[in-house]
Amino acid sequence: MTKKIKNLNLNFGPQHPAAHGVLRLILELDGEVVEKADPHIGLLHRGTEKLIENKTYMQAVPYFDRLDYVAPMNQEHAFALAVEKILDIDVPIRAQFIRVLFCEIGRILSHILNVTTQALDVGALTPSLWGFEERETLMTFYERASGSRLHANYFRAGGVHQDLPAGLETDIAKFCETFPKIINDLENLLTDNRIFKQRNVDIGIVTKEDALDYSFSGVMIRGSGVPWDLRKSQPYDCYDQLEFKIPIGKNGDCYDRYLCRIEEMKESVKIIKQCLSKMEKGPVKTFDGKITPPSKKEIKQSMEALIHHFKLFTEGYRVPKDEIYTAVEAPKGEFGVYLISDGSSKPYKCKIRAPGFSHLQSMDYLIKGHMLADVPAVLGSLDIVFGEVDR
Amino acid sequence: MNNLSDLEKKINSELGTKINTSEIKHNQIYLKIDSEDLIDVVLFVKTNKDTKFRQLIDITVVDYPEMSKRFKIVYLFLSHEFNQRMILSYDISENEVISSLTSIFPSANWMEREVFDMYGVSFKDHPDLRRILTDYGFEGHPLRKDFPLTGHTEVRYSEDQKRVVNEPVKLEQNYRNFDYESPWEGTKYIKELTDSNDKKN
Repeated sequence: MTKKIKNLNLNFGPQHPAAHGVLRLILELDGEVVEKADPHIGLLHRGTEKLIENKTYMQAVPYFDRLDYVAPMNQEHAFALAVEKILDIDVPIRAQFIRVLFCEIGRILSHILNVTTQALDVGALTPSLWGFEERETLMTFYERASGSRLHANYFRAGGVHQDLPAGLETDIAKFCETFPKIINDLENLLTDNRIFKQRNVDIGIVTKEDALDYSFSGVMIRGSGVPWDLRKSQPYDCYDQLEFKIPIGKNGDCYDRYLCRIEEMKESVKIIKQCLSKMEKGPVKTFDGKITPPSKKEIKQSMEALIHHFKLFTEGYRVPKDEIYTAVEAPKGEFGVYLISDGSSKPYKCKIRAPGFSHLQSMDYLIKGHMLADVPAVLGSLDIVFGEVDR
Repeated sequence: MNNLSDLEKKINSELGTKINTSEIKHNQIYLKIDSEDLIDVVLFVKTNKDTKFRQLIDITVVDYPEMSKRFKIVYLFLSHEFNQRMILSYDISENEVISSLTSIFPSANWMEREVFDMYGVSFKDHPDLRRILTDYGFEGHPLRKDFPLTGHTEVRYSEDQKRVVNEPVKLEQNYRNFDYESPWEGTKYIKELTDSNDKKN
């Protein structure tokens, strides 16, 4: 007598702690082996691109915070760069350093979250407790600069909103001294940990060719041994004045990607230190009065400034007709903005290229033939944040 | 090729009539082609040893409702080898069905699904053309310019029916889209006003 065996369909998420947000994953299982994975996304879709088309360029910035909400300023950076290139304006050097400084803080924020939650997914609780304490410190830096812990709305086309408050630079410098020790502690817990290695080594291997075909970027492509980082290859702002290394993986598995992230955090600390030492006092916004709003003090004394203030906050500045794609190396990979302006004060079209979108798409390719228990490990190492995948 | 203008020349000479216009700005190369040449052009730029655009970054659409060829389909490519970016585009009319790139770039799958979802552009030979970002059972294509910002339906939990229900959008206050354009630069309605005043005088 033969028994008929049918594959089991399993619904993973959207409410599951290891789904990293609102991922609904339909898995087809043969015993405990995954045959097929079909991710359903869009549960966090807010229509960001549509909203941006209806807002002025300055009002569009906060929407970028809400994409990858663990590293908000990196996204703002891409948009600011796109608008600056079309407007053809220069950014004062201090503003460039401040932006790079906060982008690297964002990178550390994102990588701590990812590394520790990946560990959590495979069974280690302590790293997240230690890591989140540091994230808290970093978010207070965000708060002191921008007034907000997460949704910063700090970068502007032509610079940043305001200068750093007194004492912040020294506090960030102090953090740079203590943080490497925390990375070491995390590494002590994880890097040589037998269980962590068993769960991650040789899991979710991506070959070089496939990494290219599946439009991978960031750690996902570097983990597979492709030396590609936009900060080096297409430097924006002041990255060409800074010295840092790009860690590259060898095997393209989850473990290599974890190692890349750890090394990247160490490099980020170096970049932050360099920014702090090279930063000099100076303006933080472009002087162009048609783009930068006047200061409060000016408004009280000058009619001209008052008019500018009014026009900038109602109509906004106009951006000449153009089409551009700019990308930055966000913590998760290449984050790009494809912007079409039509000469008015609102973007005609703003397409957001989120790295997580193409990473998650390859879930089926990555997980095929793996065990069910590997799903959270692979998902963790993809570094998915649904704010940016669903937009 | 590392030099952009050399690259432009190379693509123009090899593909000849298939390229309608090419332009270099913002350190990127912009190509305009016809929709039927898509597969040929993409295969060439992907495999040729002097171009090597090995990565498809994104696919998107720009909607110009007033034009006869309404949609502009845009493909963004990246060549790691030569550190170059290319923007490829062509125009189609509303009901045209276009070729899918999934056989050349597997990553095109979701990007084309998103295009289909957001703009209603269909792809022939796409393996799995479903909606991706919008809700199950959603109607309309949100990123088209004629789709209202507030949408057509809203959802809420109905205590009577004990389930989530779809209803037409009811707004407490109409969506307010003020015209902030500088009047002294001659916005339309101001111009019309002053013109009619002139006539009266």
